[in-house]
Amino acid sequence: MVKLITKEGLIPSHVNKLFYLMAPFVAVALGLISIAVIPFGPEITIGPVTTWMQLTDLRIGILFVIAVSSVGVYGVALGGWASNNKYSLLGGLRSSAQMISYELPLALAVAAPLLLANTLSFRDMVNYQSGYWLGFIPRWNLIPEIIAFIVFMIAGFAETNRVPFDLPEAENELVAGFHTEYSSMNFAAFFMAEYSNMVTVTAVATLLFLGGWQPPFPAPYSDVVPILVFALAGLIAVYHGLHPARRMDKFTLPATGLVFLGIAAIFGLSLFVPVLKTILMALFWFCGKILILLFVFIWVRATLPRFRYDQLMRFAWIFLFPLAMLNLLATSLIVALTTK
Amino acid sequence: MTALIFLIFACIAVFCGISLVVQTHPIASALSLIGVMGSLAILYLQLGGEFIAMAQIIVYAGAIMVLFVFVIMLLNAGAETPTFQASTFVKYLGIVLLVAFLGLISFIIQAALPKTEGVVFGGFQGTAADVGRKLFTSYLLPFEVTSVLILIALVGAIVLARKEI
Repeated sequence: MVKLITKEGLIPSHVNKLFYLMAPFVAVALGLISIAVIPFGPEITIGPVTTWMQLTDLRIGILFVIAVSSVGVYGVALGGWASNNKYSLLGGLRSSAQMISYELPLALAVAAPLLLANTLSFRDMVNYQSGYWLGFIPRWNLIPEIIAFIVFMIAGFAETNRVPFDLPEAENELVAGFHTEYSSMNFAAFFMAEYSNMVTVTAVATLLFLGGWQPPFPAPYSDVVPILVFALAGLIAVYHGLHPARRMDKFTLPATGLVFLGIAAIFGLSLFVPVLKTILMALFWFCGKILILLFVFIWVRATLPRFRYDQLMRFAWIFLFPLAMLNLLATSLIVALTTK
Repeated sequence: MTALIFLIFACIAVFCGISLVVQTHPIASALSLIGVMGSLAILYLQLGGEFIAMAQIIVYAGAIMVLFVFVIMLLNAGAETPTFQASTFVKYLGIVLLVAFLGLISFIIQAALPKTEGVVFGGFQGTAADVGRKLFTSYLLPFEVTSVLILIALVGAIVLARKEI
């Protein structure tokens, strides 16, 4: 990132300057704006102030995210066109066609949990998923809507142009797509947009299907988990620091371990401070779920090969779209039968 | 505050509308149209029609305009050259006449229509639930007819395209 900022920014002489410079801005702005409606935790009270751990709660928060992602195509399409290069143009069209196609299953998959919870606001969505079946199974949408979750994640991979759907930038086969002519910070902007889209997709998946900041175990047990996790990580780091494999490990690993142990101590302390506990627990579970999903993103990238373009389109229209549609139909049937 | 936001986005909408007509390059025109739609969506939001606002962005800006931009890019339409050069006198006269014409039209509309109360910010019941309920109760027939109309257009497009193959 810092390296790319310091590079010289080239503007090729044959490009359409205004649109060429506009495209990365559009991509980054639309990538970052969705965070505004994503709640990180429940209502908290610090002294006289009561606030939600969220910038703003729209009654139509989920629609807002879908709208932003549907406009996000312009960054790619404009970037490809303004470069005034036939390969960039083809790359731009290729990736915008992909993003448009995968938006349909994405929206249909989102609609199913919305029907269950009967709301469009993220906050109500998470509140709907609080509590436990039989005392220990979390009431997350993941369990009744497992098909929607899988479709959402697959379409999310395609929306964010990640492997195995990274046709827009097939760097080892097609050189690159819409950003062939970009350099320096403009190039980095497209990648910032991609990574921020990844965070948005995983955050939305967490909120819709994984219960947001609700812990997966009932309260007294789930409070201990962060302490255990961080303490374990700290102890392992300290242990490896005492048996260093490289010379630098003697200093870096114990330092990291101490930081982790400190975090564990803060979590332990927070058990006795209710305000701190609410904030930290919500943050821990929300970020933990997001990080697990992001780990899956990177994991898949290292595991699966790339789709061919016709396979990509056929997969979206012949498999994913009908599957999401059927799931939506089944969900709406069940909702219509069970609610009076 | 609401009035200020209204003024800002109304100005942006009008500015983008003028830019849509004045621009010589088709892509610039298409982007101005997206600007118009975005600012209209914010005006809807101010009225309280939040579902309409989001539908405006998802459908118009996100789907229809993308197709417009696609077609323009694929046809590689360049900047158009003006076919005739009007003299400066005619241009300035045109502006004056246009303003006069708009004033006349707005005067006639104001005089002809009965006096109504102004629109209130947020006075419109437009949450997603309201819109859905209205669509499937009071406006069920128009809704279904529209969907059939769209289906006819879809089938027609496929039939027309098949002849070429």
